[in-house]
Amino acid sequence: MTAAPLLELDNLSTHYVSAQGTRVIRAVDEVSLRVNAGETLGIVGESGSGKSTLALTLLRVLPPAARIVGGRMMFEGEDLVTKSDAEMQEIRGKRIAMILQDPMASLNPLFTIGNQVAEPIRVHEGVSRSTAWRRARELLKAVRIPSPETRVRQYPHEMSGGMRQRIVGAIGISCEPRLLIADEPTTSLDLTIQAQYLNLLRDLQREHGLALIFITHNLGIVAKMCDQLAVMYAGRVIEAGPVSRIFNAPAHPYTMALLNSIPRMGDPDQRLTAIEGQPPNLAALPPGCSFAPRCPQVMPRCRDAAPPAFTPEEGRIARCWLAEPVAAGTDLRVASGAA
Amino acid sequence: MYVIEASGLSKHFHARRGVFGGDRGVVRAVDGISFAIEQGQTLGIVGESGCGKTTTSKLVLGLEQPTGGTMRFEGCDLQELDAAGRRNYRKSVQAVFQDPYASLNPRMRISAIIAEPLVTNERLQAAEVRERVLGLLEVVGLPAHAADLFPHEFSGGQRQRIAIARALSLSPKLIVLDEPVSALDVSIRAQILNLLRDLQARLGLSYLFIAHDLAAVAHMSHTIAVMYLGQIVETGEARALARAPKHPYTEALFSAALPIHPDERREEIILPGEVPSPLNPPSGCRFHPRCPRAMARCAETAPVLREIEGSLVACHLYDALDAAPGVRRLEPLAESA
Repeated sequence: MTAAPLLELDNLSTHYVSAQGTRVIRAVDEVSLRVNAGETLGIVGESGSGKSTLALTLLRVLPPAARIVGGRMMFEGEDLVTKSDAEMQEIRGKRIAMILQDPMASLNPLFTIGNQVAEPIRVHEGVSRSTAWRRARELLKAVRIPSPETRVRQYPHEMSGGMRQRIVGAIGISCEPRLLIADEPTTSLDLTIQAQYLNLLRDLQREHGLALIFITHNLGIVAKMCDQLAVMYAGRVIEAGPVSRIFNAPAHPYTMALLNSIPRMGDPDQRLTAIEGQPPNLAALPPGCSFAPRCPQVMPRCRDAAPPAFTPEEGRIARCWLAEPVAAGTDLRVASGAA
Repeated sequence: MYVIEASGLSKHFHARRGVFGGDRGVVRAVDGISFAIEQGQTLGIVGESGCGKTTTSKLVLGLEQPTGGTMRFEGCDLQELDAAGRRNYRKSVQAVFQDPYASLNPRMRISAIIAEPLVTNERLQAAEVRERVLGLLEVVGLPAHAADLFPHEFSGGQRQRIAIARALSLSPKLIVLDEPVSALDVSIRAQILNLLRDLQARLGLSYLFIAHDLAAVAHMSHTIAVMYLGQIVETGEARALARAPKHPYTEALFSAALPIHPDERREEIILPGEVPSPLNPPSGCRFHPRCPRAMARCAETAPVLREIEGSLVACHLYDALDAAPGVRRLEPLAESA
C-alpha cells in the first residue's frame, strides 16, 4: 500500500453552530481516515454519532448551520475543503457519488426513471439526449432491472422498493465515480432483497474498481461487505482498522460491547451484553472520554482527559487509554495523579 | 396449556381501486394458518413484507376480525365469548409496537400513559393507581420520578420501557411484540431484549414476537413460524429451525441473514425476483417462481404442512418421505445451480 490513498481525511471537524453562535455541536470532531481505491470502508455508529454528517461533509452538502471548521479532505490529491462550490459541483455525482437510505425520497416522483438516470450523464458529460438514454438503459441492465426498455419510461411509483434502490444505485454509478458513499442503503429493504442488493454493489465495485464507504449501524453489513472499519461515537472515530482484526480483537470497550450485544444465531442461551445508559447528547458531552459514563472499564483518568488516537498495532487506531503503550502509560498516570 | 391457539386462521381483504372502484379481487393476507403459544413461551414469526405477519398480530390483538378459522384463548373459542369474556380477552392480550416515538402520546405524562389501561378497565382509587404505576416503572427499570415527566424527556430505549410498562399494567397473559427493537439504537437493543426475557421468566408471560432481524427472533423464541405470502411454510423449535432449515425459503432467508463475523463463510442462496403480489399469488406452491429447487409439480399443487423431524414443513421436496420414511436433509444446492 505504497500508493497514495484515494481519500484521506486529516483531522476533519464539522460543527453545527446555533444562530447566536453560543452553542456548538461537534458532530464530526478531528476525524482522520483513509480509503484506498477499490476498497470498502464501513463507518459504524449510533444515531447522533456523526456518521451521516461526515458523509454530508465529504460531498460538501451540509445544512447552513454546519461548518467545516478544520482539517483536510484529500481526494485524488486535491483538498475538497478548499474547493469552490462550482468545483464541487463538477465532482459530485461524477467522481464521488452517494446513495441514500430512502429511495422514495431520493427519486423525483414526477420524472421518469430514464430521465433521472440520464440526468447526471447529460450534466457531467454533455452528451446528447439519445446517448444518455442509451447509457441509462445499459445502467438499468447493469443493476439487473428486468426489461429496461420499458422501465426507463416508467415512474418511481411503478417500481418495488428493491427496484427503486437499484435505480438509485444506477444513478450513483452513472458517471463511473471513483468513490461511492452509501448511507444505510438497505435499511428499507427486506432480507432477501437486501442480500441481492449487497451482492450487486459488490459486483459493481469489482467491475468498476470503485471505492465504497458504507455508513451503517449494522455490524453484520460490515462483516459481510467491508475491508476497513471505523467506529464513531459522539462525533469521533474511536476505533479504526481492518475489519477482521477489529472483530477478532476490538481495542475499544465500546466496539467490544457492540460486538457482544448482537444476538448470535443458534445460541438461545446467550445472555446479551447490554450497554448501560443512553447514547450521549452531543450538546452536553462529558469532559474526558465521551464513552466514560457508559464504559464498563472506566478509570478515573477517563473522566478528566479525552484519550488521543493510540496505535495498538500497525494500521489500527483506538481512542482509549487502555490502548496506550505501557511505558508511556505509567508516566502519564503519575502526571495525572499529581495534577 | 395453550394461551392462544389458532387453527385455519384467515383474513382476506377485498381490494378496490379508488373510492368508487370495483372489486379487483381478494388479498389473502393471512390464509389458513395454525399456531399455538404455550404459557411462558415465545412464538417468533419471520417473513418479508407482505407475508402477513402484521395482519396475524392484528388478528391476535382483536384489531381485525378473521374471515375464516378459529382462535381459542385458554381453550375458549373467541367467537363464542360473551361481552365479559371479550373484555377479559382484550385485557389479557397487550401489545408493544415498533416505534416508541409514535406509540406514546406526547401530551400525556408517563404516569397517565401507564395508568390509562388501569383507569379504563379497573375501578381503582387514585392512590392505588399511582402505586401500581410506580411498581410498573420499577419492573421495567425506570426511576420513580419518571412518572411525572413527558415522553419527549426520554430516549428511544426508555420510551420502549414505558411502552412495556403500559402493556404490563393489566397483568396480561400474552404480549404481541411487533418489531420491538428495530427502531432503537444498536447499543440499546440488547437492554430491551434482556428486559423482555427477564419479564417472561419472572411473570410467566407468553410472547408473539414479530421481527425482521432473524438473529433476534431466534434469540427470543422457543418456536419459530416462517411465513410467505400469507401462509406458514415451516414451523418448529427455534434452535433446530435456525440450525437446519428444511423449507427452501427458510434456508434462503437464514442464509441471507447477515454474518456476525467477517471470517464467517457460508453458502449464500440469493433468491431471484421479489415477493409476488398477494393479490395474485402464484399457483401451486406460492414460493415456486423463486425457489431454487422448484419441480414440475410445485406449480400445480400446493404442498401441505407435514411433520419432518419434529418440524412442520410445507414443501414437495419431502413428498418422497411418504413412500419411504427416513431422515432426509436438504442436499447442497450445487446440482441445480
